[in-house]
Amino acid sequence: MTRFETVRTGARSPSGQPATQRNIPHRGAEANPSAKALHDKFASAVERVEVIWGETIVYVDPTAVHEVIRWLCNDPSQQYDFLSDVTAVEYRDAEVPIEVVWQLRSLPYRRFIRIKSQLQKGKPLEIDSVWDIYKSADWLERECYDMFGIRFIGHPDLRRILMWEQYKEGFPLRKDFPLRGRFSRSEQLRQALAQNPEARYSMEELTIADAFAELPEDMRERLGKGERTGE
Amino acid sequence: MGLSASPEHRTVSYAPESQEGWVTTRLDFLVNWGRANSLWPMPFGTACCAIEFMATAASDFDLARFGMERMSFSPRQADVLICAGRVPFKLAPIIRRIWQQMPQPKWAISMGACASTGGMFDNYAVVQGIDTIIPVDVYVPGCPPRPEGLIYGIRMLQEKVKNERSSDAGIRDEMEPDPSSQLYIPPSVIDELGEPFGNSVNQTRSGL
Amino acid sequence: MSKRTVEVELSTSGLDAQGRPQRIPLVTNDGGTAVALQPPPGLEPDLEGEHMLINIGPQHPATPGVLRLVLELDGETVVRCIPHIGYLHCGFEKIGEYRQYNQIICWTDREDYLNSIGNNVAFALGAERLFGIEITERCKVLRVIACELSRIMSHLVWLGTFCIDIGAFTPFLWAFQRREEIYRLIEKWVGARLTTSATRVGGMAADIPSGWMDGLRQFIRTFPHTLDEIDRVLTRNAIWVGRTVGLGVMTPEEAINWGLSGPMLRASGVDYDVRKDFPYLDYETYDFDVPIGANGDVYDRYLVRFEELRQSLRILQQAADRLPDGPVNIDDPRVILPPKSKATSEMESMIHHFKVVMEGPRPPIGESYVAVESPKGEKGYYMVSDGTAKPVRWRIRPPSFVNLAAIPKMVEGHLLSDVIAINASIDIVMGEIDR
Repeated sequence: MTRFETVRTGARSPSGQPATQRNIPHRGAEANPSAKALHDKFASAVERVEVIWGETIVYVDPTAVHEVIRWLCNDPSQQYDFLSDVTAVEYRDAEVPIEVVWQLRSLPYRRFIRIKSQLQKGKPLEIDSVWDIYKSADWLERECYDMFGIRFIGHPDLRRILMWEQYKEGFPLRKDFPLRGRFSRSEQLRQALAQNPEARYSMEELTIADAFAELPEDMRERLGKGERTGE
Repeated sequence: MGLSASPEHRTVSYAPESQEGWVTTRLDFLVNWGRANSLWPMPFGTACCAIEFMATAASDFDLARFGMERMSFSPRQADVLICAGRVPFKLAPIIRRIWQQMPQPKWAISMGACASTGGMFDNYAVVQGIDTIIPVDVYVPGCPPRPEGLIYGIRMLQEKVKNERSSDAGIRDEMEPDPSSQLYIPPSVIDELGEPFGNSVNQTRSGL
Repeated sequence: MSKRTVEVELSTSGLDAQGRPQRIPLVTNDGGTAVALQPPPGLEPDLEGEHMLINIGPQHPATPGVLRLVLELDGETVVRCIPHIGYLHCGFEKIGEYRQYNQIICWTDREDYLNSIGNNVAFALGAERLFGIEITERCKVLRVIACELSRIMSHLVWLGTFCIDIGAFTPFLWAFQRREEIYRLIEKWVGARLTTSATRVGGMAADIPSGWMDGLRQFIRTFPHTLDEIDRVLTRNAIWVGRTVGLGVMTPEEAINWGLSGPMLRASGVDYDVRKDFPYLDYETYDFDVPIGANGDVYDRYLVRFEELRQSLRILQQAADRLPDGPVNIDDPRVILPPKSKATSEMESMIHHFKVVMEGPRPPIGESYVAVESPKGEKGYYMVSDGTAKPVRWRIRPPSFVNLAAIPKMVEGHLLSDVIAINASIDIVMGEIDR
């Protein structure tokens, strides 16, 4: 088997061979150079920069976050080509807004940055999708929607992914969702058993719509109404 | 049906009961012996218990000596459904359908704490015991149960099978779920079974 | 170029004028890989229009767990694949908000249950970052040993089930037999085979017992024989090669954009290993190679994982040689339990013990994301703390989740049996995907 070096990660890293970090201070460590670059380029969109336990966190205005992430991915001096994670955090304090978190890695420069955007509760939770930049955002954003109810504008197929599509109890990871769910156990079981295990097709996915006429009656009816997700 | 005493202590009695004759008891013996020693498992493996089930089926613990090496992934050809692993609500209609697809005679082993009672997952997503969905014959506790533990549970099932009589009415009746709710036991019983107990009662505080 | 032409009779191909079945030759080139020549045009089946929609799973022998694939087929060729997951969603992240940090370690075993002790280590590293704790040297080396043993265990399960999916049953038994040896070692150490809960915030649950290192060295000495045996049976086997070469190819750029990590990414030629690029536990001081593939197909993923098994043995050997003496746990009674002898004799230690057990250690306000190289890929734990004993948010970055999302891309245009092979090559664990 040959060793085939197509992409050498960290080749452009200025620090050479990385080492395990030791004795990282709580706050005040050196920030990722990308934070300064972001400040220079998007001064109005960057709300603040924090460095907690050695990790740089950049708070970005929700309306500008798509542009910021696109620049981070495409700019030759940044090249954050790997999207590790898209998730959200809701704090226990009801006043604090929900944060949407993107964890980005730059493989050529061996850098890691966290971008956060705050969404005020009380307004519809919507933010731009980064699916057009990173394909890995597809399922990650679907899961974020499923668990928090955050809509990603521009996502090709925003459906529930972990719960079933007619799940009525709500969005599980919200803090007002109780640990054991809203309904009683027998009601949860009743709703679960009422799902048809084979009926999970969504209209957008299937291009066998030209065979729509041959589908059975109940399936046509259900697909024609569009998949409804629980609120 | 309740759990019987450990298999070593109890001998299977084939003394005839009331109207059973000599032929019926011999036939029962033969049929039960055949069934017990060639139980074809339907491994409904979901999580960590499935790995221990695979380890039990592999060389070191070897289920083949009990006639169970032929894993039947098609429920139509299976005798015993071994539910190994946690069952979330999304999977509940699947296990119900698989159980209904299995032809009689069939038995179910609930392997592990999660399949028996919901285990450590006392939350919105997990069924609190598959016995709320399908009738279970043997519960094997453990998280995950050691292979020896699973084999003990299988031996218990074999004893149970050997104790069956063809004259027992209702023993091979199919469960009949209520057509509107699809539940086969009353909702109050399900709620009671799903109640938290022990330390779980106190573990619903988030934060301090 | 020397060719060895193998003629194969296809059962569903057309018949020629004499009523004999037409044949499609396979040739092997100099590299030893089998390549099918393009079938002559007259042989294409003349079916129109009808696409079949079939459903694989969620209960199926060939899927590693409860995964449901809905395939749109044109004959036997897959036109589109739509995976459905969530059949093992058990609310891990929600529960994490209701449990103390040491209690969450028990949950990390169960999500990626093939790599339980590796997950324990990953979580402990994340929690220690959040607490701002530096662990002892002995603890670091023990954790490296634990991670590598866990990597071997996970790859052996993958190897066994991958072989079964392709059709070879025996390597499964060999692999599981070796796993039993590792199970025995782990059981001597922490008391459990699979769900280990071996780490604690600030150290380990227990130090290794005396005589344990001999068992480890014995394993390191004997394991290569099994690897050679499996290698002999599979790697140059014509059936194996024919079934795995050229399937599910991902180019390096696609692989990075789809967020693949671990052996999936490295088989596509991208040199990203968290142990080398963002090291932890002093991995930069160990001498090991990271295998990189050339083509990004299923065969390369097999080769990469196989070679990783050998490299894990190298690391284990070095770790076993350098294990320093000293305490395993840090000496901070606010975070980790004091030794039992002190807790039963000194009042102060007893109070610390009480507080750590009943309330749990409390980190300062902050957050941390620590990624490790799990056998599946980049596994990250993102924890947000508000100063209380239970995290505000515990996020698991599941490598298999992101790897599986690429399956619709990988199976387009392949045959139905290839779907099983490609699915198995991703090495997914539904417990981690659905959490």
